[in-house]
Amino acid sequence: MSFSVTEPNKSTKWFAGLLVVTYAVVTIIPLLWIIATGFKSPADSISYPPVVVFEPTLEGYVNLFTDRTRATDDMLEAAGPPQTWYDEIARKRGTIISGPSRYGERFLNSVIIGFGSTFLCMVLGTAAAYAFSRFRVPLKDDLLFFILSTRMMPPIAVAIPIFLMFRNLGLNDTHLGMILLYTAVNLSLSVWLLKGFIDEIPIEYEEAALIDGYTRFQAFYKVVLPQAATGIASTAIFCLIFAWNEYAFAVLLTSGTAQTAPPFIPNIIGVNGKDWPAVAAGATIFLVPVMVFTVLLRKHLLRGITFGAVRK
Amino acid sequence: MTTSPIHRAAQSTPDGVARKIRGLSDRAIAWIFVAPTIFLLLAVNIFPLIWTIRLSFTNFRVNRPNNDVEWVGLRNYKRILSDPDIWNTMQATAHFLLWTIALQVLIGFFLAFLINKKFKGNDLWTTIIVFPMMLSPAVVGNFWTFLYQPQIGLFNYVVAFFTGADPASFSMIGDVHLAPWAIIIADTWMWTPFVMLICLAGLRSIPDSIYEAAECDRASKWRQFWTITIPMALPFLMLAVLFRGIENFKMFDLVVQLTGGGPGNTTTLTSIDLKREAFEKWRTGYSSAYAVILFVTVFGLASIYVKALNKVKER
Repeated sequence: MSFSVTEPNKSTKWFAGLLVVTYAVVTIIPLLWIIATGFKSPADSISYPPVVVFEPTLEGYVNLFTDRTRATDDMLEAAGPPQTWYDEIARKRGTIISGPSRYGERFLNSVIIGFGSTFLCMVLGTAAAYAFSRFRVPLKDDLLFFILSTRMMPPIAVAIPIFLMFRNLGLNDTHLGMILLYTAVNLSLSVWLLKGFIDEIPIEYEEAALIDGYTRFQAFYKVVLPQAATGIASTAIFCLIFAWNEYAFAVLLTSGTAQTAPPFIPNIIGVNGKDWPAVAAGATIFLVPVMVFTVLLRKHLLRGITFGAVRK
Repeated sequence: MTTSPIHRAAQSTPDGVARKIRGLSDRAIAWIFVAPTIFLLLAVNIFPLIWTIRLSFTNFRVNRPNNDVEWVGLRNYKRILSDPDIWNTMQATAHFLLWTIALQVLIGFFLAFLINKKFKGNDLWTTIIVFPMMLSPAVVGNFWTFLYQPQIGLFNYVVAFFTGADPASFSMIGDVHLAPWAIIIADTWMWTPFVMLICLAGLRSIPDSIYEAAECDRASKWRQFWTITIPMALPFLMLAVLFRGIENFKMFDLVVQLTGGGPGNTTTLTSIDLKREAFEKWRTGYSSAYAVILFVTVFGLASIYVKALNKVKER
């Protein structure tokens, strides 16, 4: 190994590592606490001092996915022995499961709207990014800046007319309305990011393809798209995460059929007031996929969060 | 290779026709590719914006569609700018903005500086540190109210453990003095990694040769830090501040779940105030004027800032 004056010495590295690891551990505690609380009984979740070692239970998850009614002893007896393991957990608390809760539905809405808007956003974004990258589009810089500036508006500020517009078009509280809205919000990100990725593909590849008799369009989807696959995939994950996490539009424009999980999770209430294990269980199921995606994305994170302004 | 019938036909025809046979012209493709995006943005962003501007000159109320809509000129704007409550809101927003940016830049830069020492496993720890910023602010913000509970909350417990105070004696969310700090702490926890990542890119962009040259000139580490590291990382730091500034000026989800703007109006940031006017009091005209003022403010400040940023970059 060659000697370098800029290479930090061993003790510096060790000290820096220690501080960073300490920060990482402290910063991850709230997240671990969410996951742990999901497996606590209601009594454990609000105990003082907070317990770290506890007997795990799936009660939070059962409460998350079911609606329950408080039952008297007579009712419990009349209902007969519990049929399933989750029935048993509910019975222990003197409640009877009356049906599935709406969490499953809300989660599914998040999936539909998230994937729908991501797909649409990638189709439109890739096309626009390719055009901006390869052709002389009139007013290119102005258009690109215009696309970026749509991101500066506070969502609440445009929510009023969007609310009015959607009401007139019958799009309020529909999947289609939310998909279109999230697509529009995410387009700025996808166009800017993808333009950066496509800019990096040497133009010679396409020129060679054109000389070989491909049409422009063929060159686009047979040469450029495969080359840009990694960029497209990471951009798609960014769009998905945004749509997945979005709250302001969701809470203002949806209430029933198309409501996504973020406005729903905080309002999960148990039989005896706020049911923190159920909230934590709902949050865990909702947050863990994003953490997995973050790990997959780690090489392109910086690029994504800065709209391609900073590349590594 | 060039014997396809299309190609042979193209070669023997005049230029314009040839292009048609070979496919659409580049110009046409450019338009077909760009138009849907521009159209959707016009429909979902610009059209509503113009509508907002129009509504801001009226006394329209969404919940009373049968009332006559009157053109009131600049009345909404005058009312907003002379309303002391709005200035309180602006102050709360400024307090939140300044402290979150200051804390995130300090901690974020320091972390990036440490990570750049390239200790073993720094990639793994960086990924762990980044987790909070990728998560849903509404869901996480809601859970922070649990951490902030007096007595049972983990945050209160930890603070009590280190200071010896009674964990039930203070409520981060319920106290008028502590609530502004409750949102600053949660936001800093969530977004410090963002600043850290950008700073890390800045530090990694500085070529080793500069430090080597400084080392030859026997510049102290301290001197190197202030004359090489800071100036060269400055454009990145400024970019991080720009992003955080815009994002936190729009801040809604995290804070609305944490404190809902309370207690009193102590954490009512502009977006939360705007939401109340528009979707709780249903003063559509008034809140439209409010939205326009906010947008002009963000856009104006951002443009001035970007100019400054470009100047720093040129140096």
